[in-house]
Amino acid sequence: MAKKAAALAVEAEPTRRDFLYVATATLGAVGAVATAWPFIDQMNPDASTRALASIEVDISAIEPGQAITLKWRGKPVFIRNRTEKEIEEAKAVELSQLKDPVARNDNLAVDAPATDANRGAAEGKENWIVMVGSCTHLGCVPVGLAGDFGGWFCPCHGSHYDTAGRIRKGPAPENLLVPVYSFLSDTTLRIG
Amino acid sequence: MSQGHSTYQPTNGFMKWLDQRLPLPRLMYDSFVAYPVPRNLNGWYTFGGILSIMLVAQILTGVVLAMHYVSNTAMAFDSVEHIMRDVNYGWLMRRLHASGASMFFVAVYIHIFRGMYYGSYKDPREVLWILGVLIYLLMMATAFMGYVLPWGQMSFWGATVITGFFSAIPWIGTSIQEFLLGGFAVDNATLNRFYSLHYLLPFIIAGVVILHVWALHVTGQTNPTGVEVKNFRKETVPFTPYATIKDAFALVIFFIVFAWFVFYLPDYLGHPDNYVEANPLKTPTHIVPEWYFLPFYAILRAITFNISIPFTDVVLINSKLGGVIAMFASILVLFFLPWLDTSKVKSANYRPLYRQFFWIFVLVCIGLGWLGAKPAEGIYPTISLVLTIYYFAHFFIILPWLGWVEKTKPMPPSIADAVLAKQTQPAE
Repeated sequence: MAKKAAALAVEAEPTRRDFLYVATATLGAVGAVATAWPFIDQMNPDASTRALASIEVDISAIEPGQAITLKWRGKPVFIRNRTEKEIEEAKAVELSQLKDPVARNDNLAVDAPATDANRGAAEGKENWIVMVGSCTHLGCVPVGLAGDFGGWFCPCHGSHYDTAGRIRKGPAPENLLVPVYSFLSDTTLRIG
Repeated sequence: MSQGHSTYQPTNGFMKWLDQRLPLPRLMYDSFVAYPVPRNLNGWYTFGGILSIMLVAQILTGVVLAMHYVSNTAMAFDSVEHIMRDVNYGWLMRRLHASGASMFFVAVYIHIFRGMYYGSYKDPREVLWILGVLIYLLMMATAFMGYVLPWGQMSFWGATVITGFFSAIPWIGTSIQEFLLGGFAVDNATLNRFYSLHYLLPFIIAGVVILHVWALHVTGQTNPTGVEVKNFRKETVPFTPYATIKDAFALVIFFIVFAWFVFYLPDYLGHPDNYVEANPLKTPTHIVPEWYFLPFYAILRAITFNISIPFTDVVLINSKLGGVIAMFASILVLFFLPWLDTSKVKSANYRPLYRQFFWIFVLVCIGLGWLGAKPAEGIYPTISLVLTIYYFAHFFIILPWLGWVEKTKPMPPSIADAVLAKQTQPAE
C-alpha cells in the first residue's frame, strides 16, 4: 500500500515546468479579475449620487392632517403630520394583525417590533411620520390618505398601508421604510 | 441535411481567385441559394426570414434615431418630440422603430408557436431551439431598455418596476438593484447605460441569429409532417428561388400590416401616459408594460401570497419573490422544452391529443396577456393564478404525460409519400 503510493508520488512529482504553468495561470487570472473590477464597479452609484445622501427640510408649514412629498436619493419621501385620530387608530392595531411585524425603521434595531411608537417620530413628536415613499413591492409611489386603512394605497398592484405606513393588505412584503432622520430643531428635519 | 458537397462554381476569373482566398461567395451560395429546403413547407415557416428582415429594419431605423436622440434626463423627452416634429422624416423613423418592435414580437411569437406545433425543438434540433430562446430573451431585454429611452411616465415606472424585480433577491437584492440603476432610483445614470446597452444588444442578437441559422443549416428544416428528409432529389427544393420567393411574398403581406400600424394606428400599441414626461414623485394609476410582456406581467402579479413551511409561520418565499421567480421560470422553462416533451412524434398533425392541448396553451397565453392589462383587483388575480398554474402544468405535467399515453396517428413513410397522398386525395 505504502509502496504503491510512493510509486505514484514519484510518477506525479510536479516538474519545474508544471510549477511555472500554474504560477503563470494564477497570476493571469488575478490580473484578469483586477482588470475586470473597474469595468464592473463603474456601474455602481457614482460620487455625485452618493453625495446627495442627506437633505434638510423645513417642516414648520405642515399642519396636522397634511403631508409633503420630497425627493431624496431620487426617491420620494413622505413627511406626514398625523392627526390625533390617525395616531389612535395606528396605536390600536395589535402586532398579530400585521403582515410585517418588524418596524423597518433605520433609526432602530433591525428586529424592533412594528408598534406605532417604533414607526413614528420619538416621544412628544409622535404626530410626525417620515417614510421613503416607494412601495416595498416594486417601487411605485403610494397615494396618501387612501386605501382601506386610511394611510397609503399603491395603485400599481393594490397594496394598502395604514396610518403608520405598515402593510396591511396586498402583495407588498414589508412596511414602508423609515429612513435615518433626526430633528435639528422643532421645525427642521434632516434626512439621511 | 448538409449535403457535404458544395455545388458552387465560380463564374469568372476574379471569383475563382477570391474563392481560393476567402470563399465568402461560396458560403453565401451554399447557404441561401443551393441550400435544400423541404418542398412541403407551409406559410408558417416564413417567419424566420421575416424576423431577420425585421432585425435589420430595427437596426437601420435605430441607428438613424440615435443621430438625433439625447440620453439625458433633462433632454430625452424633448429630443424625442424634436425627432417627431423637427427632424426630416423623424416622425416616420420613430413610428417605424416603435411599431417595428411590436411587429418583431408578433413575428417571434408566431415563430415560437410554429416551433411548438410542429415539434421543431426535438432531436436533433435542441441547440437550435435553445439559441432561439436565447434570442427571445435578448429581444426582451433590448425592447425593455428601448422603451425607457423616451423618458415618459411609463418608461420611468416600467423601469422602476422591472429593476425592482431584482430587489426581491434575499440579502443582496438591493445592492444588485443599485448596481443596475447606478443610483438609488432610476435616474440619469440608468438612462445612459440603458441607451448604451440598447444600441449594443441588437448586434449581439445578430451574432446569435447567425449561430441559430448555422444550427438550422446543420440539421435542416423541420416540415409539417415531422418526417426527416430521406431523398434530397425528390423531397427538397433549392432555397433560391423557391423559399426566397415564398419568404418575400410573406414579407410583403407582413409589411402591409406593419405599414397599417405605422401610418394609421401609430400609437395604438403604446400607452398615452408615455406622452407625459417622467416624474419620479408620481406613479401613473396603472402601470402596464408593452403588450408583448403582458402574459409574464400577469404571472408576476398572480402570486399574492407568502409561501411558508406548512403549519408554521416561517416564510420561505414571500409574495414578491414568489412572483418574480414564477415570472422568470415561465420564460426559462422554454429552455427545457426539448426534454419535457417526451413524445417521439414531432408534428402535432399526427398527435391528436397534443394538438388540442397546444391550442388550449395558446388560449391560456392570450388569456394571461389579457389579464396582464387588467388592474390587480377583484377576481383578476385569482384567474391569473389559475392560468399561471395551467401554464406550468402544460410543461411539467401535460407534455411528459402525453408522451406516455397518446396514441399517435400513423406517420407517412416519407415526405414524398405524404405530399403524393395529398395530391391523389384532394378532397380530404
